[in-house]
Amino acid sequence: MKPLLNINRLSKTYGKLKACNNINFNLYPGQVLGIVGESGSGKSTLLNCIGSNLEIDTGEIIYTNSKNEILNIKQLPEPQHRKLTKTEWGFVQQNPRDGLRMNVTAGANIAERLLNVGVRHYGNIREEAKYWLEQVEIDTNRMDDFPHTFSGGMQQRLQLARVLVTKPRLIFMDEPTGGLDVSVQARLLDLLRSLVRNLHLSVILVTHDIGVVRLLAHRLLVMKNGQMVESGLTDRVLDDPQHPYTQQLVSSVLINN
Amino acid sequence: MTTQELIIKQPAIALSADTLLYATGIYKTFTLHNQGGIKLPVLKNIILEVKAGECIALTGVSGSGKSTLMKSLYGNYGIDRGEIWVKHNNHWVDLAKLPPHKIIRIRQKTIGYVSQFLRVIPRVPALDVAAEPLLELGIDIDTAYKKIKELFSLLNLPERLWQLSPTTFSGGEKQRVNIARALAVNYPIFLLDEPTSALDATNRQVVVDLLTAKKQQGCALIGIFHDEEVKDKLRTRELVFGVIDNNKISFG
Repeated sequence: MKPLLNINRLSKTYGKLKACNNINFNLYPGQVLGIVGESGSGKSTLLNCIGSNLEIDTGEIIYTNSKNEILNIKQLPEPQHRKLTKTEWGFVQQNPRDGLRMNVTAGANIAERLLNVGVRHYGNIREEAKYWLEQVEIDTNRMDDFPHTFSGGMQQRLQLARVLVTKPRLIFMDEPTGGLDVSVQARLLDLLRSLVRNLHLSVILVTHDIGVVRLLAHRLLVMKNGQMVESGLTDRVLDDPQHPYTQQLVSSVLINN
Repeated sequence: MTTQELIIKQPAIALSADTLLYATGIYKTFTLHNQGGIKLPVLKNIILEVKAGECIALTGVSGSGKSTLMKSLYGNYGIDRGEIWVKHNNHWVDLAKLPPHKIIRIRQKTIGYVSQFLRVIPRVPALDVAAEPLLELGIDIDTAYKKIKELFSLLNLPERLWQLSPTTFSGGEKQRVNIARALAVNYPIFLLDEPTSALDATNRQVVVDLLTAKKQQGCALIGIFHDEEVKDKLRTRELVFGVIDNNKISFG
């Protein structure tokens, strides 16, 4: 199995602060990689460096696209990069307001990514939008409603539908269950698990919630002060943590589910 | 690091053709960094060979390292030293040296683990929880459901529970979901961590029968069985653990 994404010696500084310091990892097709760490550990910076064009200082981001071409993301011309982020890649923001257009309908939110890749047939677009609303378990009667009339959990699922419509291979998620109450969280987690399996998605997921990575992530990276202090199979990192910081992180979880 | 690590592709000693797992020189120490860096040595030079059709019972007092060995054989715990050779797709692989994405493959196809506790996913029905490993192997959903329903029936799990999330199930009900989940897959190797601890006599016997059938099919079983009767019916050999007491601490 060849990796979908290789991150080699990636570093990013903000002034004197090393937000990401020499990060290396591979992501394999169909796998979910969780990145955990406390606030300020650099996990969101890392996600944005890879997934949303935040400029990096040094290092490489190598992606193998659906045509089996090996792309060096930093050297990719901007139009090609933009196309990638609108088709094969998707970004699910922590705050749905950053990932959705709040002033257009749910259906239009989903249609936008299709229009971007040149689909023009209105009937097809509406059918597609309907299909993806169903996939994320949103009542299709809500298609012509504005996202601000949706609950937090629904907005998060709409963001997913908007991303999934172009059949991405790689999805970036920043605290996707952040502001949701526990039962809504469970529903979203279950949905994500089945989507990953059925659509063979690869996901990089940033969260501070150990319970979320336990359920979703195959592999785990632990970050502290911009460095990757530990990585491995999720259950091994959580059940047999080696680094002092990981041991502290795991033992501070109240209910170790 | 510039020196290329020497990759050994097979066990150093000749093993019998029907050996499915061979672990040798296993050492494992836990270091508790946040408790003054205390070191707890748990496994010391463990050697274990398991052949098709065998059932090895791990025995010894609690804290002697039985569960630690089981978890190490599944890659759930990392070991300090040693080799864990597993016959995967007819090739030997050393689990102790495999990268995570390859361990995931071994767990999908070759080693099944029946833990005492079911990891419950809120909202997901028992049927789907149990069918998940089959679906991950690419088996279609109808075949997977059919297989799980057969096992649920054999294990006397009431049909009204099949579509419910096991969140509210009793210990014995959860354990049966867990057993169905693992036994549905044709793993050549099964690790069994007290698979019958929460079951009544009838269902204990069902599990013994299912595991006996697995043995007859040529599976290798490694288990911790606190129930003496279950152990006597299943085990072909025993591996007895002693407590390492060089610093007077045992680990539970």
